[in-house]
Amino acid sequence: MEQATVEIQEVKKTPGRDSLIPILQEIQEREGFLSERSVAEVGTRLNIPTSKIYGVATFYNQFRFEPKGKYHIQVCRGTACHVLGSTTVLAQLEKALKAKAGQTTRDGKFSIEVVACIGACGLAPVICINGEFHAKVTEQSMIEIIENYKNTEA
Amino acid sequence: MEILNQIDTKDFLKKYVLADKSPTQTQSSVNAELSRIRRDDVVKPVIYIGAGTCGLGAGADKTLQETMSYIDKNKLDVEVIKVGCIGLCAAEPLLDIQLPGKNRVSFQNVTSKKVDEILQGVFGQEVKSELILGQFRNENLEAWENTPFIDEHPFFAPQQRIVLKNCGVVNPIDIEEYIARGGYKSFLNTIKDFTSAEVCDKVEKSGLRGRGGGGFPTGKKWKFAHSQEADQRYLICNADEGDPGAFMDRAVIEGDPHRLIEGMAISAYGIGATKGYIYIRAEYPLAIERLKIALDQAREYGLLGKNIFGSSVDFDLIIKMGAGAFVCGEETALIHSIEGKRGMPRPRPPFPAISGLFGKPTIINNVETFSNVPEILEKGEDWYASIGTATSKGTKVFALSGKISLTGLVEIPMGTTIRDIIFDIAGGIPDNKKFKSVQIGGPSGGCITEENLDIQIDYESLIKVGAMMGSGGLVVMDEDTCMVDVAKFFMDFIQRESCGKCIPCREGTRRMLEILESITHKPNGSSEKEALERFKGIIQLEKLGKVIRETSLCGLGQTAPNPVLSTIKWFRDEYEAHIYERKCPSGVCTELRTFKIDVEKCTGCTICAHKCPTNAIIGTRKAPHFIIEDKCIGCGNCEEVCKFDAVDIVA
Repeated sequence: MEQATVEIQEVKKTPGRDSLIPILQEIQEREGFLSERSVAEVGTRLNIPTSKIYGVATFYNQFRFEPKGKYHIQVCRGTACHVLGSTTVLAQLEKALKAKAGQTTRDGKFSIEVVACIGACGLAPVICINGEFHAKVTEQSMIEIIENYKNTEA
Repeated sequence: MEILNQIDTKDFLKKYVLADKSPTQTQSSVNAELSRIRRDDVVKPVIYIGAGTCGLGAGADKTLQETMSYIDKNKLDVEVIKVGCIGLCAAEPLLDIQLPGKNRVSFQNVTSKKVDEILQGVFGQEVKSELILGQFRNENLEAWENTPFIDEHPFFAPQQRIVLKNCGVVNPIDIEEYIARGGYKSFLNTIKDFTSAEVCDKVEKSGLRGRGGGGFPTGKKWKFAHSQEADQRYLICNADEGDPGAFMDRAVIEGDPHRLIEGMAISAYGIGATKGYIYIRAEYPLAIERLKIALDQAREYGLLGKNIFGSSVDFDLIIKMGAGAFVCGEETALIHSIEGKRGMPRPRPPFPAISGLFGKPTIINNVETFSNVPEILEKGEDWYASIGTATSKGTKVFALSGKISLTGLVEIPMGTTIRDIIFDIAGGIPDNKKFKSVQIGGPSGGCITEENLDIQIDYESLIKVGAMMGSGGLVVMDEDTCMVDVAKFFMDFIQRESCGKCIPCREGTRRMLEILESITHKPNGSSEKEALERFKGIIQLEKLGKVIRETSLCGLGQTAPNPVLSTIKWFRDEYEAHIYERKCPSGVCTELRTFKIDVEKCTGCTICAHKCPTNAIIGTRKAPHFIIEDKCIGCGNCEEVCKFDAVDIVA
């Protein structure tokens, strides 16, 4: 929450409605998600009702309202990935982690997010874990990748 | 007189290249210095590693690490440069090596394991031929023997690169290299030699049209904003490449960000804007990072900011990160998003060129459109207009993906046939499969089938066959792809991305998806109502699609039914098979699959019964098992786990 204050102070030179989305993005970048408290704080500082801020934040796919896992897995569901079997990859992943897309595993280690297109269609199907890309994923390689992350944890 | 190679590169470029030539230096000494910066020849070996998002996805990071450790181990004096993507994603990771006095040579699929072998070979003056992609052509350098040239490679030979010219070749975050290759000269000459009205005029005459999908003549649009009285005008670059299957904008920004900045600077001068925004997807972190560096460099050189090179022209750029909404590709929605609101479109007119961002005249073009501009001003509008077809000028970048041998980016003159792109350039369909269709234009586009492969690509010809240019994503599909499933995929995407403002799009796309889902759902145990819906499906889909197309507020809704209408038009038989026969001819729609256990082969090991999620398999140990069809959901687990090949799909 303090971070939210810092962030607002940074842009205070040019406050205004148009700085709302960048502020929310910055908060999410630092805290991993938008908590009720930080949204309320932003509202007070920018003099925008909390409901309006939620109106904006829920409109965009990027914003999360729950903490994400230690390893955040983005599964690309672009056309090329779909044609090359991302549906089964996603199903396999959900099965392996026992969590659905949009959820975080119980131990808080993994969270799954479905994204429209990562833009690496030449290497479809693609998944991205904490910014690291994995290309041409198959059901088998998916399991190996996840095991790798689980093992580095241990 | 200054000795050129002793002064700071930045001072040299600003003084002798960007500003008017100083009479104290001969042209040849300036050229020699430029050639050094361009690395036409090198004094020590240089290794280039393709590190765009796709390169990194294929393992370029590990290749880089391995290269560094090889260099350390052998105590070599080598420069290593990360470059963008050359466009041949299928060959990633790419590693190029340039030795002093020799041509730059490019290796493909260089995973970390192959690094040692390749570097050993090259530094021993011998190259391993099977990994070579080709060598770059340079008449002044020694060519590698028995090594093909990259410009003769079937993937590159037919291409004409304007937008992608520097991608994968230059260091993207080095403004010196961009300037040494003639960059920013076009911008500075433009503000010196032409009035803003002349710039709009030239771009209009060049025939450049919006590359983001609509295809509106760019110069004409600029003139609207230019002729509008206003104290402030804005320029926006739409880099919110939300169309799944298109990635050319990402590649351009990752591989040559200065080209975009220069294009925007020229456009801003043309319309009289002093402030610009680049609205880029948050999903492209690498592109954002490189763009930020490039913007800082341009400011450092005085190419952005106040009073650019003493011309009294002001222009600066701000990066705005998109927050993941496909509809923000629509102009008015994008403007709302920059203003900090929900990204919902509004009715037009007034068009943004008249009243846009914060109520001021605003021009929005996409990355590829802007990236064409510097060359148009440099080489002239007639040159540009000489490329392409009667109505569509210049080149277009296409992103090839899906079931195709060589995936990647190709830039070809308008008027090339789709057959040429898919079969000659990209090497056709892998594994001897049969071509079925190619989807162009993403969720707004349509399918092109075998019979239309020979049409010449331009904006009009694609619309004629029920597709559209869109941003140029080509997703190739073979006989194993189910077209109903593809239509369902797009409908699912669109109904999730519909902003919800107008009813036809919000409700209509949802209904269309429901129909498609009922078509592909499991037949058993469904209610009579569902059966009726299915039968009505094919009739209603078309009707619904037409209503949505005609009554939606924005481009997203108006084009939303295209993937469905286009697949019904060309693949009606597949829809009918799903509806009447309850079969998926391609075997993609899992719920429509039925399985059978071969009693001769089944040993009664019970493994399939254990793995069946719905307990649809019965049988006693060591006796043949059976599948209860009503319970089966067609997941295929039993087929996968059977060690005796006893489970088969019923044809």
